[in-house]
Amino acid sequence: MTDLLYTGIEDDLRASVRDVLGDKAPWTSVLAGTEKDDPYDAALWRAIAAGLGCAGLPVPEDLGGAGATWRETAVVMEELGRFAAPVPFLTSAVVATAALMAAGERDLLARLAAGERVAVLAVPFSAAPGDEAAAAVQEDGGALTGEVTSVADGTAADVLLVPAAGGLYAVDAADARRTAVTSLDMTRRLADVAFSAAPARRVADGTGAVRAALMTGAAMLASEQLGLAERCLDDTVAYVKTRYQFGRPIGSYQGLKHRLADLWTSITQARAVARHAASCVAAGDADTPIAVAVAQAHCSETALKAAEECVQMHGGIGFTWEHPAHLYLKRAKADAIALGTPDRHRAALASLVDLPPA
Amino acid sequence: MSAAAPGPGELERLVGGFLAAHDPAAMEPLEFLRARFDAGLAWVHYPEGLGGLGAPRALQPAVDRRFADAGAPTNHPERNAIGLGMAAPTIAAFGTDEQKRRFLRPLWTGEELWCQLFSEPGAGSDLAALATRAVRDGDAWTVDGQKVWTSMAHEARWAIIVTRTDPDVPKHRGMTYFVCDMTAPGVEVRPLRQLTGEAEFNEVFLTGVRIPDEHRLGDVGQGWQVATTTLMNERVAIGGHAAPRESGMIGVVAALWRDRPELRTPGLHDALMRAWVETEAARLTGERLRQQLTAGRPGPEGSGVKLAFARLNQEVSGLELDVLGEDGLRYDDWTMRRPTEVDFTRRSPGYRYLRAKGNSIEGGTSEILRNIIAERVLGLPGEIRVDKDVPWKDLPK
Repeated sequence: MTDLLYTGIEDDLRASVRDVLGDKAPWTSVLAGTEKDDPYDAALWRAIAAGLGCAGLPVPEDLGGAGATWRETAVVMEELGRFAAPVPFLTSAVVATAALMAAGERDLLARLAAGERVAVLAVPFSAAPGDEAAAAVQEDGGALTGEVTSVADGTAADVLLVPAAGGLYAVDAADARRTAVTSLDMTRRLADVAFSAAPARRVADGTGAVRAALMTGAAMLASEQLGLAERCLDDTVAYVKTRYQFGRPIGSYQGLKHRLADLWTSITQARAVARHAASCVAAGDADTPIAVAVAQAHCSETALKAAEECVQMHGGIGFTWEHPAHLYLKRAKADAIALGTPDRHRAALASLVDLPPA
Repeated sequence: MSAAAPGPGELERLVGGFLAAHDPAAMEPLEFLRARFDAGLAWVHYPEGLGGLGAPRALQPAVDRRFADAGAPTNHPERNAIGLGMAAPTIAAFGTDEQKRRFLRPLWTGEELWCQLFSEPGAGSDLAALATRAVRDGDAWTVDGQKVWTSMAHEARWAIIVTRTDPDVPKHRGMTYFVCDMTAPGVEVRPLRQLTGEAEFNEVFLTGVRIPDEHRLGDVGQGWQVATTTLMNERVAIGGHAAPRESGMIGVVAALWRDRPELRTPGLHDALMRAWVETEAARLTGERLRQQLTAGRPGPEGSGVKLAFARLNQEVSGLELDVLGEDGLRYDDWTMRRPTEVDFTRRSPGYRYLRAKGNSIEGGTSEILRNIIAERVLGLPGEIRVDKDVPWKDLPK
């Protein structure tokens, strides 16, 4: 059985990341950022990726990384989820990094690990592990043509990793036409990306690198969802202790207490399944596909429930723009669809554990 | 007192030495168990002379494994859950030296089984409202009342019992805790038949039962504090190993699903996969709790584990009947029986569905557990209490 606890090193890492986020990503800044043109918070990204060295955590030291594992990366994801931080960490430091590691690519990988470049995988953000075969882009003489919609952090990227012609290609973002999408979650924006005979460099053969990238991304996303859910619970518990109606704190009513107890229970489970998925990915465990499907199916619903309860239990104030609850709700709903809906993950699980549909 | 408590290496050496001197194959099981107790290897976290060595509790699973691997006889903990899990820690915490010497050894070896006389018809979740009276009579007490939901009462030699000794003070202050001899005159045990048809539990009627004062645990009027210690030990059993995947109810339904393709529908498949995911999440949560305890970092997750187990067991046992369809209409046997263990797997799906209804009531209702999580873990305000400062005798009943 994998280690489901946090190590002392992971606790220290969490504290460092939380310090930086607390300083540079208070919810007021995150909210203001959603109405700016910048696709992400560049100063925050530099502090996390390069300053703390988080972008290269899972990358071996001889390839320019920190030589840690996906377990530590998962702890960073928890904290980023807790703040709904507008940085391309999941897309570049997790998904693109995992793709390049699986492909055995070194040059771009080292620059991603150093936080010098942002790369994203050019697939719709809703793509689940197993969707890697459906490439919408054609290759002709080393150049790519086609269109990919709803690419997360597509406008933040310096480099696009594009599945095409039974392989994976790197395309300079300047050679693609990118259209910013008004996204449900404006803390992680989408772009539609079009290629018209864009020069491309083949970095991997086959679909293995994309599959590994989506699998790793789904595993790490579970930790982001855990952190987001914890934030929603913490904020809600703090609020219901101080909000008085009918002469009592509303947190003294069982109508709220019992739902918060249920939410807390779901979150303790989310922590266990997210830790298991991260440990499996870190160790290359054979249980990884099952662990990831379970983690995604559970954590997506837990984070969404937490965000929905956060809005509801904050009452009127929780329905306003000037309160962070909607940031969490939008992030939670987008995360639930990202990298495979819970239903897609349950369907994948059904075949993995031999429980065929009707 | 000994010097430092033994660590894992020292315990390993002690168990090895004990097994070299006591061949489990050659000894009477009871003799072996008594010797193991006397060597301090029964429950290593207990004090020396009381079956332990004052070692960390987390080291117990390794010791148990070592004895199991050597083919040592077991004290059948499944038959004495109340004794081992609740009576023993209470006696260890509040008993006199004489009480500890008298009760703990035969309790651990399984020579004497125990039951618990706590709940009453009028005191369920609100245990402190209990009405069973104990009146002092010289160096003994006379006890009258009715207890309920007592498993093993018909086999137990001893009971732990909480009684009302002072009705004139608020309910939490007027209770006293005793050890009750189940063979004493005036103790009458009647089976309590459940909605499943069988009777795992009993009602216990106490009529003029004499309990010597030397069987009192804790001070007169201190019964609530003593009972709280007992209930804190009513924990989810955490073994030395992770539960395997698909154990319990989900395994039963998964096997049915694989064996009977003709029963499959899309809606049932969705429900099955949701339940599978939630069961696996609950299993990993239990495993994480086990790892926390082993690392000496216990957390409050246990109450959530119980809550999730009750909900899932009910949901999945209901799903089994839905999958079965026509066969779900049949029941195996309504005959009144008195089982000593709850065995889900050997009874029919209808039995499983009905028995699971008890999971959210026994050992703390799910509603009380949610209150506990909300108040003790999340720090939310407690319930408004109208009974706190009212003498027990004046409470509406």
